[in-house]
This record gives sequence, C-alpha cells and structure tokens, in this order.
Amino acid sequence: MLHHKASPVRSWRAAAPGAAVALAGAAVFPLALGSTYVTSVAMQVEILMCLALGLNFVVGYAGMLDLGFAAFFAIGSYTSGLLAVDAHWPVLATLPVAVAASLLGAVFIGTPTLRLRSDYLAVVTLGFGEIIQNIVNNLNQTGGPEGIYGIPPLSVGPLTITSTTGYYYVFFVLVVLFVAVSYRARRSRLGRAWLAIREDEDTAYAMGIKVRRYKLYAYMAGSVLGAVTGTFYGSAFVAIAPPSFGFNESLLVVMAVSMGGMGSIWGALLGAGAVVAFPEVFRQFAQARLLVFGVALVLVMVLRPQGIWPEEGLRLGRLKQSARRATRQLTHWASARLGAR
Amino acid sequence: MNALLAAEGLSLHFGGVAALSDVTLEVPEGSLLAVIGPNGAGKTSFFNCLTGYYRPNRGSVRFAGRDITRLPPDQVAALGIRRTFQNVRLFPRLTSRENVLAGAHLRATSNLVAMLLGTPALRRQERLLAEEAEHWLAYVGLAGRGDVLAADLPYGMRKRLEMARALIAHPRLLLLDEPAAGVSSVEREELADVVRRTWESGVTVVMIEHDVELVMRLASTVAVLDRGRLLVQGPPEPVRQDPRVIEAYLGRRQR
Repeated sequence: MLHHKASPVRSWRAAAPGAAVALAGAAVFPLALGSTYVTSVAMQVEILMCLALGLNFVVGYAGMLDLGFAAFFAIGSYTSGLLAVDAHWPVLATLPVAVAASLLGAVFIGTPTLRLRSDYLAVVTLGFGEIIQNIVNNLNQTGGPEGIYGIPPLSVGPLTITSTTGYYYVFFVLVVLFVAVSYRARRSRLGRAWLAIREDEDTAYAMGIKVRRYKLYAYMAGSVLGAVTGTFYGSAFVAIAPPSFGFNESLLVVMAVSMGGMGSIWGALLGAGAVVAFPEVFRQFAQARLLVFGVALVLVMVLRPQGIWPEEGLRLGRLKQSARRATRQLTHWASARLGAR
Repeated sequence: MNALLAAEGLSLHFGGVAALSDVTLEVPEGSLLAVIGPNGAGKTSFFNCLTGYYRPNRGSVRFAGRDITRLPPDQVAALGIRRTFQNVRLFPRLTSRENVLAGAHLRATSNLVAMLLGTPALRRQERLLAEEAEHWLAYVGLAGRGDVLAADLPYGMRKRLEMARALIAHPRLLLLDEPAAGVSSVEREELADVVRRTWESGVTVVMIEHDVELVMRLASTVAVLDRGRLLVQGPPEPVRQDPRVIEAYLGRRQR
C-alpha cells in the first residue's frame, strides 16, 4: 500500500511554529548579542536573503537560469543613489523610480531573450550582468570605478536610520515582506503557471498558459525585488561601487538559491545564511577559507542535491534515515580503526 | 452538418516523410471518435496539428466554425480544446492537486493587487477551485491523493491525473492520446469508464487507442489512419469488417 504524507511546509499552519521562533529570534538577535560585527554580518545575510528571494522567482519558480541577477541590484542601487545624491531626493522617494528603471531593464532584456532555453538564457543574462557593471564602471555620471558616495540615510517620517542595527531591522522588514510576497505568489494562479512552465513548458502551453509572457512576469518580479533591495543597500552602506554588482554577486545569489533548494522560500533563506556564514565561520582557516567553503559547497551538492530545504519539504523521515546510516558507517569505521590498534 | 471539429485536407511533412497526407475528417458535436491505425500512421501528428503544436503544410482545421489552423497551443486551449499526451506529461514536482489546478489556469482570474493583499474574493475563488480540483480527482479515482507529488504516483494514476487536469478546464472537445495504453486490465476498465462518463456528460471526445476491443465498445465513430492517410471512417462494426482495415493491420495475403 502506498503511504504518503503531506509535505510539512505546504501550509502556513504547519510552518507557523517554526517560522514564529525564527522570526522572534531574528527580531531580538542584535539586542541580545550587541556586537556590531555580528550584526553587520547578519545584515549581509539579510541582504543576500532578499536577493535570493528575488532570484527565486526566476530560477526557483519559473525555472530560468539567470546568471546576471546583480544587474537589477545595480540598477536599483544606482538609480536611487544618483537621485538621492545629485537631485537630493529622500531615499524613500527614489524607490518607485528605482523599481521602474529595473522593470524597464527587465522588459528590455527579457522580451527578446526569454524564449531561449536554459543554457542560452544563462549566457545572455550573464552578459547583461556584465554590461550593466561595465556601464556603471565607465560612465562619469555614475562615478566610474569610484561609484557614488555620500548616499543619505533612510528617513521614515521623523526617524532617520544611521546605525547598523537600524539597517538590520530595515532589511529584516524587507525579508519578511519578500517572504510574504513569495508565499502569496507561489499559491496563486501566477505561481502555478510559473511552476508549470518550470516543470514542462510545452505542456503548460496546452493549459492555455502564455508561456513567454509568464516568463517575463517572473523576470520582472525578480527585478523588482532586486531593485528594492538595492535602494536600501545604498543607504545602509553610504557608498556604492561597481565591484559590489559583478558576476561574483550574481553567483552568490544563485548559490544561495540552489544550495537552499530551488523554489523553496525557506531554502532561499537558509541558503543565503549558509553562503554568508560559511566564509565568516571559516575565518580561522585564513588563506584556506575559500577552499574550505568550496569543499563544504561540494559536500552539500553531493549529499543533498535537492538543496538543504527543498521545495517539497524537509521529509524528516528521510533525513533521519540518512543520519542513521551515516552514524552506522561512522561507528563501523571507528571500531575498525580502534580494533586495528 | 454541425461538425464541432473539421479537418480538411491536412498534410504534414517532415522533410521527405509524409506524416499526414490529405486527411479530411469531421467530428460532430457530442460524438466519441476513436482514431486507430498501426504505429507510425500519423495519429499523434494529427493531434499535434489540431492543437497547434505542429503547423500543417497544407489544409485547415476548423473548430466551432472558426479556423484554428495557425493558432498557437495556448489559444487553441482557450477555445475549449484540451488534450492528454501519449507519454503522460504531468508537472512532476507539483502535487496532484496543483497539477489539476494548473489545468484551471484559464478559469481563474488574476490580479496582482488582489494576489498581494489576499483579498476575500480571491480567497473564495481559490477555495472554490481547490474544491473543484478535489471533485475531479475523485472523478478519476484519485480521491485523497491531492497532496501526493505527481512523480510519486504509479503510472496508471498518472494517466488519470492527466485526465483530471484536462477536465477541470471544462473542455468542449477532449483529445485523448492512448488513454489506456500500458495499464493493467483493471485500470483499463476504470479509465474506459472515466472516458464514457465524460462523453455522456456532453463532452465531445476524440481518442487515439490501440485496444480494438475497447474502441469497439466505446466509440460512436471510428476513423482509421494508415501511413498518414485516412483509410475509412464510420460506425465501429462496419469499420472492423472493412477489408482495407484488416489489410492495414494484418497485411495482404500473398498469392
């Protein structure tokens, strides 16, 4: 007899207790620890979480490999930064313009290219990312290699946010917001159309889904999240420069999404955490830390190719099974070693 | 004659190979047409021409009085035609319920603001659709399997799920590509029953099927394709007796 259980993360109710604990923990975290270093690392995690949730629309939901996601992060950051510094706009007021600019970029590059199948699309998006980085690196108006500095802090009403802890909470709100948007989209007609396209494009067509248009929607959704993140990023760091928006950044975001588990919201969050935390934790290895990071990455991909927290749920039963198997092998190995001595 | 679907002079070539040559065929509203023929006769190519997956080199397809020859698959679907695939094409990493719901794409409304806010109207629509998805799952005999990933279903159930996904769209015309191929005899009966009930509820059905016994039992009309040509079309029994059909299946007696 077949025995199937509903996966544990499909409904809010099942995920609620875990989510509540994580949320509460993250909310009091900087107050409890109080170290600026830890808070700033945590903020970097949040920024990558935001970007990963954005890319998740493209890669995770619609199944298109995008290797130039940092382009939208850059468009958002630069549009907002330029308006705030040169035109003295309040940062919050630059947000709609940054989003519009990013959407324009998405439509401009997406319309002719999204019909391409995965590998070709990856090449095109990679090129787009490089082009944007090169433009901001070479244009006088964007400050060339030096970028833009003196970006004013974010002020909301009477509140002006200047501290790292302050921005930790700004991005905290953003992460929560993005999770809510991702969740809503995933369970809507839109999300189902995206997943249908990811699973089988030709068949999705037969359901009446306008495949090309929906792919563009996914790309646009991702670009919006990227641009919003970019807008606040400028304020948080006061200065922005081209190196923050290169292929490396795009790759980190792809890594966060694929390590966490493509299409999975919790996976994107965990993946972002892992991608930032691994190199930080391995600081003691000094020169070798990126090597250790690489090895850790390969291990995750070998042991859990579907990601740390895959879309179809953790399937704790399976996790327990593999843990038991690993323990057994370890004991075996250890007793053999000890016996030999 | 009130043909719901009419193919006229359909020809399709792949390079020098003629997959279909001059196929003219009418499907009256409310009929259950079975398309039979040896392997490679052009049956699936015929379906692909009807649904916009292939563009015929010559000829036309009319559906409910409208020329649909050059429409892409999504627009064909929007007119009320649904199909299943010979090699079962589901969305493997979605649950059965989500697969069925994806089939209801054109019946759901979509509005970005309503989606982001989760408005009561939208929630209501989603709830009604989810309930209807349960109905179609039960209809094809998959009650209680809504949370199972499509990839985890055994083969026979996947075939049924594909039908539920087509039916939730309330199609006027349903094209089934070998609905009973490769399943056990018990499951074949169940699938035949689903097809019959669907037809009796008023859906016009065109079905490709190899099981002649099943075809004779279900179909109101049978069309035989052989090497891309329409050999004969008519009521089941006379078609079965037709010497040309016997020859196509068994070959000519050597003299």
